[in-house]
Amino acid sequence: MKEYQTITEISGPLVFAEVDEDIGYDEIVEIETPSGDIKRGQILESSSGLVAIQVFEGTEGIDTNSSVRFMGETMKMPVTEDLLGRVLDGSGNPIDGGPDIVPDERRDIVGAAINPYAREYPEEFIQTGISGIDGMNTLVRGQKLPIFSASGLPHNDLALQIARQATVPEEDEGEDEDGGSEFAVVFGAMGITAEEANEFMDDFERTGALERSVVFMNLADDPAVERTVTPRLALTTAEYLAFDKGYHVLVILTDMTNYCEALREIGAAREEVPGRRGYPGYMYTDLAQLYERAGRLKGVEGSITQIPILTMPGDDDTHPIPDLTGYITEGQIMMDRDLESQGLKPPINVLPSLSRLMDDGIGEGLTRADHGGVSDQLYAAYAEGQDLRDLVNIVGREALSERDNKYLDFADQFESEFIDQGFDTNRDIDETLNIGWDLLSTLPKTELNRVDEELIEKYYQEDAEAVEA
Amino acid sequence: MSQATDSEAVREDGVIESVSGPVVTATDLGAKMNDVVYVGDEGLMGEVIEIEGNLSTIQVYEETSAVAPGEPVENTGEPLSVDLGPGMLDTIYDGVQRPLDVLQEKMDSAFLDRGVDAPGIDLEKTWEFQPEVEVGDEVEPGDVVGVVEETVTIDHKVMVPPGYDGGEVTAIEAGNFTVEEPVAELDSGEEIQMRQEWPVRRPRPSADKQTPTTPLVSGQRILDGLFPLAKGGTAAIPGPFGSGKTVTQQSLAKFSDADIVVYIGCGERGNEMTEVIDDFPELPDPQTGNALMARTCLIANTSNMPVAARESCVYTGITIAEFYRDMGYDVALMADSTSRWAEAMREISSRLEEMPGEEGYPAYLAARLSQFYERAGYFENINGTEGSISVIGAVSPPGGDFSEPVTQNTLRIVKTFWALDADLAERRHFPAINWNESYSLYQDQLDPWYRENVAEDYPEVRQWAVDTLDEEGELQEIVQLVGKDALPPDQQLTLEVARYLREAWLQQNAFIEVDQYCPPEKTYGILTAIKHFNDEAFEALDAGVPVEEIQNIDAAPQLNRIATTEDEEAEEFTDELEADITEQLRELY
Repeated sequence: MKEYQTITEISGPLVFAEVDEDIGYDEIVEIETPSGDIKRGQILESSSGLVAIQVFEGTEGIDTNSSVRFMGETMKMPVTEDLLGRVLDGSGNPIDGGPDIVPDERRDIVGAAINPYAREYPEEFIQTGISGIDGMNTLVRGQKLPIFSASGLPHNDLALQIARQATVPEEDEGEDEDGGSEFAVVFGAMGITAEEANEFMDDFERTGALERSVVFMNLADDPAVERTVTPRLALTTAEYLAFDKGYHVLVILTDMTNYCEALREIGAAREEVPGRRGYPGYMYTDLAQLYERAGRLKGVEGSITQIPILTMPGDDDTHPIPDLTGYITEGQIMMDRDLESQGLKPPINVLPSLSRLMDDGIGEGLTRADHGGVSDQLYAAYAEGQDLRDLVNIVGREALSERDNKYLDFADQFESEFIDQGFDTNRDIDETLNIGWDLLSTLPKTELNRVDEELIEKYYQEDAEAVEA
Repeated sequence: MSQATDSEAVREDGVIESVSGPVVTATDLGAKMNDVVYVGDEGLMGEVIEIEGNLSTIQVYEETSAVAPGEPVENTGEPLSVDLGPGMLDTIYDGVQRPLDVLQEKMDSAFLDRGVDAPGIDLEKTWEFQPEVEVGDEVEPGDVVGVVEETVTIDHKVMVPPGYDGGEVTAIEAGNFTVEEPVAELDSGEEIQMRQEWPVRRPRPSADKQTPTTPLVSGQRILDGLFPLAKGGTAAIPGPFGSGKTVTQQSLAKFSDADIVVYIGCGERGNEMTEVIDDFPELPDPQTGNALMARTCLIANTSNMPVAARESCVYTGITIAEFYRDMGYDVALMADSTSRWAEAMREISSRLEEMPGEEGYPAYLAARLSQFYERAGYFENINGTEGSISVIGAVSPPGGDFSEPVTQNTLRIVKTFWALDADLAERRHFPAINWNESYSLYQDQLDPWYRENVAEDYPEVRQWAVDTLDEEGELQEIVQLVGKDALPPDQQLTLEVARYLREAWLQQNAFIEVDQYCPPEKTYGILTAIKHFNDEAFEALDAGVPVEEIQNIDAAPQLNRIATTEDEEAEEFTDELEADITEQLRELY
């Protein structure tokens, strides 16, 4: 392999070098600094005679005399089933002190697009045991459903609760003891603090989840550029486990905001024309290349369900990161600061939350016949109660009609009974829907215009008002 | 250069100079603008988009990882074209018209590999050709010489291609032919085959463009009732994420009364395309009862597929639509979402280091959008038949902010605007189309049709609904301040009526079978039932009945159930309900 000592320019995470052979776009590069450190990078732009290299581990210590080696291949992830139970750094090297990884195969981390013709439409209900999700924003196998959170909100607790509790109910019975219906978890951390990382690791170890997990850790003080690689390593591993080995994989990526910051950093260093708020114009395509690596394939056992977590800068869901994410993912779970300060656990605000694949995963034979109607009715009633709260601040409760007061009570109870279940409670879908009916039964029957009449007859509790009083 | 053309017609070779994502430059290519080229050792398809001296810039329709300078580039010397002919319906293509099912077979993988070509239409399959002209007849470009049954729903017309001289037919007979075999010969020496090739960026010729006067009936109450689209019209659906753009587009694709539907999934979700692929073969076409796929052509460039192919997919789609228009069909084209197309332009433009316009979009954004939408219309074809293309473009404005360039430039062109509203979506009011912001400029043109085909007083009843909803909007502002009970009784009643307009008429559930498609008669029926309640209720109020008692009659909430009553029983149900309302209200005074 030829070595070059031809670096002409170093700028932020980028290194430019002159070459006299033809180097492929996206190929991997090693740079050895005078002090003997080896840093890895990737070709961002290749023209005859000159290449631009993006260095993952930071350009610190590189000078114009450093030697550059071109590896002649694009970035690969060594994959094997033995990765389960392992903890790796953001570049895929083991950091748990375990044995070296002996790969079955080395896979390109960019990952080709799934042919839409080969996809299987996701419609198997995943029970997370969380009413705000199962009842109102149902998750299905093969979906990508992000958590839109903000600094200071307990999104990590919610993600852990999902990872712990997620099952596919039909398979509960008859499966072997060690939880055959549980998910394998691939966890990709980008720029999270060491403290957060410990929180995740402790929980994984405490619940025994680690042995069915693969953990990729890029911490806050690790090089930012490496963050652009970490989720691709995680998803390549997930694809191998799901589509080659038949696992149902749950991929948790946190925090996507840090990932996007890294993209912006590279874009700025390359002096690209910036898009909104300085993020590169290709961020939509780039994020799609991550998020679209979820799903099911026809005739293949496994599946990839993605739960990316992002923190919205300034709690603003029109910020480019949540905005572009929302356009790609199949819904979102929205965390809410007001609900958090009221002490709700988890503080999920169902109104702006959405699961696009819900309608195909629920109903008779899948969950329960009344699921769709109950969910719609709870939405409509809670939205009405929310509106009235604004009004009540101005005119007071006495000025409202009896009907309006019922809706106000409903909204309060909805939050305290339905949403506020705690991070350790695991409710099955029947329980969730029954709580829904308890709440709906506080409203007059004639108000329930989103539910079939037969179902109202079956589930509506006539004397509920008395009970609540 | 289309997918079916033999790539041995290669003329010039060049060498790659540099690679940066989807943009590759090459020297010594000797290319014209927009020539299709094959890049690198793997032969990745691309298109020339800039020429400077000896250096050509190419956008590549496939992933360029590991492509290196020094690799060869082959020039085909022809612009990006599509294969037109029988076999396009009931097919799903990628952005450069490669059938995805064929790709899966050829690649033997669920993932999309690189450098694989597949013709847009099956070149081996034979079709049963029925002549429509005889030996000795004179034919001109555009004229139909015969038909083949493309699907159970659609007869595919074999036409003389636009560029031909035409002349007397010297040979033609019925039989089974492949798309490349001649089915007719002319005295000019020209042979006519089923397959035509057409460059995607050039509109197919037509004789004249006319004013559209027939609505594209969508079966969606808020669209047919308040904001109708004409056959040959253009519409935009902008909305923030989660407000139901795709569900609305899909409802239109399923239920609108077009002959042919071209559905372009441009930069959207893979699972959504899969849903269409799974659903459409199962669903019946409301016009004919045959499978929906028999009238549908799908083009999918999902968000993770190469960005350059996203730029081309809308052109591929509209060229296919124009071909069916030439046969005299009414075509509806859905593009979901045009924002992704605009972003693809922006991405390519920024890699070319062009001077950016507003928000980084290229300065030619407005021109490209209007060129595209102008390919819609109600046409007189060159063969004398009439056909139309209606274009419905979804727009995904960042942050739901309609002041951004793609929305604004689109609104300057289209005549129907269906504004989706996050607030309505949050309270699960679907379709979440905001009735105050949306508009249709086709109303006046279409009113005669509605008077004739639905009800003579349709425009007046609609105007009543619009006025009531407007009034509700104003009253709601007051209610926010003082509460509903502070309003005088007549205004409280107006709010009640408006609530039924919203809940029983405007809301429509795409996931309940009876309610997915609402025929115009039923749309009118529900509206008149609510108006009936309104008229009777105000009479009762004038007679001194307290507004609470009017609101509490048992019959009124039944208005919400008309929509979910089977279409055949709806009229009877509505009549009975109107009678009940009259009876119950009159009992009160």
